[in-house]
Amino acid sequence: MKLLMVVAGNTFRETIRDKILYNLVLFAVLLIGASVLLGTLTIGEQARIVNDLGLAAINLVAVIIAIFVGIGLVTKEIERRTVYTILARPITRVQFVLGKYMGLGLIVMVNIAIMFVMFLGTIVLTGNAIHGSLFQAVELILVETLLVMAMALFFSTFSSSTLSATMTLGLFVIGHLTSDLKGIAEKSQSQLMEAALTALYYICPNLEMLNIKGQAASGLLVEFGYQATATAYGLLYAGLLLTGACVIFQRRDF
Amino acid sequence: MDAIVVKRLTKTYKPLWPWEKPATVLSDVSLSVREGEIFGFLGHNGAGKTTTMKILLGLLRATNGQVELLGSPAENVAVRARIGYLPESPYFYDYLTAEEFLCFYGKLAGLDRETIQKRIPQLLERVSLTEARHRQLRKFSKGMLQRIGLAQALIHDPELVILDEPMSGLDPIGRKEVRDLILGLRDQGKTVFFSTHIISDVEMICDRVGILSRGKMLALGRIEDLVDAHTARSVEVVCDGVVGDDLHDVKKLAVRILQRGERCLIILSGQDHLEKVLAALRQAGGRLVSVIPHKGSLEEIFLEQTSRKA
Repeated sequence: MKLLMVVAGNTFRETIRDKILYNLVLFAVLLIGASVLLGTLTIGEQARIVNDLGLAAINLVAVIIAIFVGIGLVTKEIERRTVYTILARPITRVQFVLGKYMGLGLIVMVNIAIMFVMFLGTIVLTGNAIHGSLFQAVELILVETLLVMAMALFFSTFSSSTLSATMTLGLFVIGHLTSDLKGIAEKSQSQLMEAALTALYYICPNLEMLNIKGQAASGLLVEFGYQATATAYGLLYAGLLLTGACVIFQRRDF
Repeated sequence: MDAIVVKRLTKTYKPLWPWEKPATVLSDVSLSVREGEIFGFLGHNGAGKTTTMKILLGLLRATNGQVELLGSPAENVAVRARIGYLPESPYFYDYLTAEEFLCFYGKLAGLDRETIQKRIPQLLERVSLTEARHRQLRKFSKGMLQRIGLAQALIHDPELVILDEPMSGLDPIGRKEVRDLILGLRDQGKTVFFSTHIISDVEMICDRVGILSRGKMLALGRIEDLVDAHTARSVEVVCDGVVGDDLHDVKKLAVRILQRGERCLIILSGQDHLEKVLAALRQAGGRLVSVIPHKGSLEEIFLEQTSRKA
């Protein structure tokens, strides 16, 4: 556990010093600013628009960090050969992979927390009320981000940066369209197509399950049971991907 | 006890497609490195030196063969706490300062904070980087990276140090510093296993060498023994007051005769005919200046061995 924390701490420090994170936070600030601007143009709907755009901005920035920093977690270490000196120490490959994941997880948490505080500040400044539903939405954004990070890490254990980014983005998009996949499968005339789409529906993560932004923006709370199930689902899926990443990384030659 | 034991090591990469041939990069390589010695692993670029080192450190899996480090199988992760490693052309974390970097590797080796804080200034001084201790590694030159890489390999005071091309990218002064550092490690009782394709580095500091070419171990042993076994000793005789062309008996026995004014240089293939040549020179009224037995060099062996295989 100690070695895992050492790797996590180093990943956190190295990434936090990389200016890309500051740019992304700036991006969030601009988006939240835009939400305020748009909100003033729409009479009566300001609160919902501020909430909508704010949550969307946090989600987008967190996912971008998860994908683009996430794929670099392992591939950068391999391409730059820093992995040689680390794995030559008394550390297992599983500790290394989980340490990298934890380090980025910590960064994502800190970033989401900063963006959320900014977002809440924006709500207060525009004279609107802070609903509990916003906290629920942000918690599920965090779960989604941790899941996307696990996807990125999984793909990066066996492919290049570009391919990992493409596959992660692809799976992220499909993950938000799984209910459509099921609908298309049911309407499909071909049995083969139906089977393939149904299989895809069950294999791909259902990221829409983690999306309650619309409801939250209107100030409607989701049931605790749903929140807990969605969180458990997201974390379990991330856990499966991390297990896969560890198994593949364990067998790799460097 | 041997610090490194490699028995019949083979590494073959499976082809991506069925119609491609498998690539064997190491074939039946065996060697042993004794505790407390400096072992030079010599070979051309692409000979298989780095592959062997990576297998030793568990970065690559061998197709066949056995590897033991400090009495434990190479797969044993715990034994790596007693090993220091510097890869070829190292690249490290850009945004860490030299001190943070060494602290990170110290923690990875399981050292406590107090020991790390004690070791860092010592090591930075040893690799002449004390002034750059607060500088981020992205601002380091290639030579500085090589030196900080050496420092990370030594932060936990390892018993066995494995260095892949440690002198590459260094200027002559830097190379000498690294050579001195390696000799210093031996004086402390450490074992050093290092690879290089620069023969003079090996000749200067190694107790024993292994010559690898195209994945095969061609020669292994003490430099003196290899030189004795592989090259005939020639002898150079220098004499004044004689003209080489007039020495008909000597001409038959010599490999070559060179005349520089009054001085004559006679090169013999060995010591077999030395007495006859000296007698002939005395008889011709020559004044003997020197008799130098010329020893073969590691370079000759290396070139002979590797070109024979090629």
